[in-house]
Amino acid sequence: MSAPAAAAGTGPRRDARRVRFGHVLSAEWTKILTVRSTFWTLLAGAVVLVGFSALWALAFTASFDQMSARDRATFTPMLPTQVAYYFGLVVFGALGVLVITAEHTTGMIKTALTAVPRRAAYLAAKTLVLGAVVLAVGIVVTFASFYAAQGILASKHLDGSIGDPGVLRAVIGGGVYLALVAILALGIGTLLRHTAGSVVLLFVVLFVLGIAGGFLPSTWGDTVNKFLPSNAGGAILDPVHKSGSLAPWTGLGVFAVYTALVLAAALILFERRDP
Amino acid sequence: MIEARGLTKRYGDTTAVDRATFSVAPGRVTGFLGPNGAGKTTTMRMILGLDRPTAGEVTVGGRRYRTLGAPLREVGALLDARNAHGGRSAYNHLLCLAKSNAIPRRRVDEVLDLVGLRSVAKKRSKGFSLGMGQRLGIAAALLGDPGVLMFDEPVNGLDPEGILWIRTLMRRLAREGRTVFVSSHLMSEMALTAEHLVVIGRGRILADTGMAEFIGANATSHVLVRSPQAAELARLLAGPGRRLEPAPDGALRVYGARAAEIGDVAADHGLRLHELATVQPSLEEAFMRLTGEAVQYHAGVPGAAAPVPPGSGA
Repeated sequence: MSAPAAAAGTGPRRDARRVRFGHVLSAEWTKILTVRSTFWTLLAGAVVLVGFSALWALAFTASFDQMSARDRATFTPMLPTQVAYYFGLVVFGALGVLVITAEHTTGMIKTALTAVPRRAAYLAAKTLVLGAVVLAVGIVVTFASFYAAQGILASKHLDGSIGDPGVLRAVIGGGVYLALVAILALGIGTLLRHTAGSVVLLFVVLFVLGIAGGFLPSTWGDTVNKFLPSNAGGAILDPVHKSGSLAPWTGLGVFAVYTALVLAAALILFERRDP
Repeated sequence: MIEARGLTKRYGDTTAVDRATFSVAPGRVTGFLGPNGAGKTTTMRMILGLDRPTAGEVTVGGRRYRTLGAPLREVGALLDARNAHGGRSAYNHLLCLAKSNAIPRRRVDEVLDLVGLRSVAKKRSKGFSLGMGQRLGIAAALLGDPGVLMFDEPVNGLDPEGILWIRTLMRRLAREGRTVFVSSHLMSEMALTAEHLVVIGRGRILADTGMAEFIGANATSHVLVRSPQAAELARLLAGPGRRLEPAPDGALRVYGARAAEIGDVAADHGLRLHELATVQPSLEEAFMRLTGEAVQYHAGVPGAAAPVPPGSGA
């Protein structure tokens, strides 16, 4: 222990260096990179997206010879990745949840908000940093997921190329979709402030709702189904626009609107509640 | 300079802080004294903009906390040592805080040295003892070299060496011209550190005064006298303006007489004295007298409660 004689220099000083939003961003950037949960969550997301894609491609090539002509016709080289997304979304979402709920459960939020008392700037910086990290990782992992499947599909000459119509858009759009999912999860985490509760709600919104929508009757059911979050967002992964779903960018736009609404609600409560 | 005016916080029907008005001046250690649950932490949280006041306001250097541009360079606070993400190393925890307030990176090393955490700087803080966590919290408070410092129960979890260290640190910070506001429910600790006192009980400010004035106004000195002829001495000392109380061990406490007078009376009557001492009132005494009725959670009186269970025989 050093003597307090070395305390804090020459007494109070007034520093002219202004704090800008960039400083808050840089702090959030350091925060997300300095906890191990970030690394593990992203790794888990990558394993799921690449692994399920490869598994599904294996299963598909193995049973291809017994398939009907109709089943063969609906196949696109992007399909294994689309299937993997069903499971991968929630994992990337978990990172978005953890970014905020871990601060609540550890008490870090109190320290953080004394450092950055402007709630809107705080949440905005978190959103941008999380979005950037998941976008970058998401695009890379989606490429890997696509190529892992093509390698396996090649054994039956079913593989496609990144240059095929709509495929590049689907892969890059997939990364954007993952980033939006993570931000939606950040909003949910900010609202609920509880890790397990937020992950469960996210699972319901992304997984259960999308499946339940398929059971809705008649034509209004089909309309509702298209607009359910994971169905709207998932449209970006289809290289060709399928009937019964929204157009790719329209679907992703709808998902972005949902994300923005949740984030806005989160900010309103974040401003009002005492941490 | 911290100034609270009519500061109030209500949670439903309970009023945690009730129209608190006080100010904390620079250049001295101001103690924030009150029993557990009196509203100390809630008041500090409102100063830091963490809790919104139900009514009234509090400013630091004339501005509300939430409007400060670089708050860590104006106010340093230790609320709870555990307010850090346990998965992050001490160094990275401080680095994140420094970046958010445009504080240079070298300052992180400086404060780590200052609190003696250099050797564990790269370790995750979840493995820290309570004392180490407390030091990390103090490092965070000092990070921005602020003019205002607040510590909520800073000696909790510290060993004797650590307690001495923080006591010296707080006084030094005050001597440098900073505003130092420190809460505690430990009277002895406060008596050693603080020069000025803000006393709170059940959410109300009961006193905002100097340490010596506070004790003088709420407790009086007395003389402790011990004699084998105590009964006779008591008879001789009784008189208008004087009050005699038996001390538990057979001695007498005499209020309203100086030691010299008592010694003279004893000598005049040939009474033997085994002890004659002037007792200065303690902060504890003054505090107990003032807050006697303001304590929120009264402890059961030992020996008085505990009814005999039926059938235990008597």
